[in-house]
Amino acid sequence: MLAQQLVNGVLLGATYALFALGFTLMFGVLRVINLTYGFYFTAGAFIALAATRTAHLPIWVALPFAALGAGLIAVLVDFLLLTRLRRVRAPELSSLMVTLGATLALYSAMTSLLGPDIRRLPPGLISPQAIEIAGIRVTEAQLLILGATAILVGALLLLLRRTRFGLAIRAMSEQPDAAGLVGIDIARAAALVSFVSGCLAGAGGVLIGLNFNAIHPYMGEAMMLRGFVVIIVGGLGDIRGALIAGLLLGIVEVMTAAYLDSNLKEAVAFAILVAVLWTKPSGLFGRARLRRA
Amino acid sequence: MAIPDWLDDLLWTYQNLIHSLGINGLLALSMYVVLAVGQLSLGQAAFMGLGAYSSALMTLRLHWPFWAVLPASCVVPAAFALAIGVPTLRLSGVYLAIATIGLGEVLRAIYLNVDLFGGALGLSGIPDSAETWMIYALLGAALLALWLIGRSRIGRAMEAMREDEVAAQVMGVNIRAYRMGALLASAVLAGIAGALSAHVSSFIGPGEYGFEPAVTILSFALLGGIGTPLAPVLGSTILTLLPELLRGFSDLRLVFNGVIIVIAVLFLPNGLLSWRMPRRAA
Repeated sequence: MLAQQLVNGVLLGATYALFALGFTLMFGVLRVINLTYGFYFTAGAFIALAATRTAHLPIWVALPFAALGAGLIAVLVDFLLLTRLRRVRAPELSSLMVTLGATLALYSAMTSLLGPDIRRLPPGLISPQAIEIAGIRVTEAQLLILGATAILVGALLLLLRRTRFGLAIRAMSEQPDAAGLVGIDIARAAALVSFVSGCLAGAGGVLIGLNFNAIHPYMGEAMMLRGFVVIIVGGLGDIRGALIAGLLLGIVEVMTAAYLDSNLKEAVAFAILVAVLWTKPSGLFGRARLRRA
Repeated sequence: MAIPDWLDDLLWTYQNLIHSLGINGLLALSMYVVLAVGQLSLGQAAFMGLGAYSSALMTLRLHWPFWAVLPASCVVPAAFALAIGVPTLRLSGVYLAIATIGLGEVLRAIYLNVDLFGGALGLSGIPDSAETWMIYALLGAALLALWLIGRSRIGRAMEAMREDEVAAQVMGVNIRAYRMGALLASAVLAGIAGALSAHVSSFIGPGEYGFEPAVTILSFALLGGIGTPLAPVLGSTILTLLPELLRGFSDLRLVFNGVIIVIAVLFLPNGLLSWRMPRRAA
């Protein structure tokens, strides 16, 4: 029983980690809390829904398709909203407010176009069968989630550590002005970071949509709470921190649901966020540069 | 009665609108107080919800009279403001913003799932003990108080820290104390607005204090600007009246509120009313 819950928790946490990774990457490099990030999650889920329902594509085609689509939306939104603010070096709260306004506009436009109803992926998209390994049941959807998360996280780490783009991105996150001075094309790197983050959010939307089989416009907003908890607990901008914190949050949520009350999941997650802010605001791993007032 | 019939009819027909104008004015002021010290709290709707739910429970469960419920309705929002404000206000502004949006999401989930709060049905049968004059008297009192504070030494300190935090600190402004004071004042105003709205509409539900109203309250303040306390109230008045005046517009109301914020931040950093607090030279 405990082992089963632990496995469920790790699988849920893997999706949270995937989602929060893009969010924290965006903050680390672009210094923006981009609240439209939750919308990319919703967008990914809806693209996958259209691809599987209307175009009858299998899930392994729909997933990358949705991720790329969400990535392109992210580049467009970042360009429209944030280029100007970056140029005038606006304070970080301005960019937070802009993305907040845009988030409301995007969600409510989407709700009035598509309606607020909960939609489901077509049945038979993935077999509901569970595989039993050493007494622990794992569904095929869960295996897909684990596989997709591992591939995406691996690809992100390779991109950041092994490529010139990755080097440019890491330079920007450490010294944005100096990075510009040594000839890094800041605008292009910013677009790339938005694209990668959007892809991660979109993929997260598809995977969570698969896991809970409920897709609706505001699903990204509920997910943002998890995103906030993970990036604060892991440390703002800290990639390894986000991975560990995401897994931990998944485990905590599943354990809360199993042994306390599933209605308290969100409250427990938020209590952790506030407790970390009180005791260790630089994140549990303490590597994020603390931005004091 | 001294009120002529036509005026009485008018007031009756537009009763809901008149109530929302006053309540949204109070919410706009609760946003203003925080923005005026250079911080961003997105917990206004959450604080309002805490005021609404705690006051409704005091009325329905404890059977307290309204004159006791109204002041008591600020206690819970203020406690939450302290729990979130103390750790975040020593950090950069993004932490307060993140924690307050999170608060709204969590509270919605709690109202929805915990029996005490009536779940998805919310709480109903709340007596309409709040009168229109109370709403406007409180709005007037809050405006006057914020106006006087704005013209005082405190107002100068607030403006200084909004413009340049470091310079203000060097001049001896205790910025942490001011920020905490502002957040508490804002929670109290929003809590009272919540109690008033619960006691004019007889019903409150979990969906009324989530993300959409939180952003809408920010759009009030950004449309008006934050130069003086009158400006955000003007913003809330415009954004409350507009959907009533333009039929067919109400579907797109939220899209419009979001776009207002984008435009205000990108192109109108001082809002519609960009004048500053009038002061005599010191």
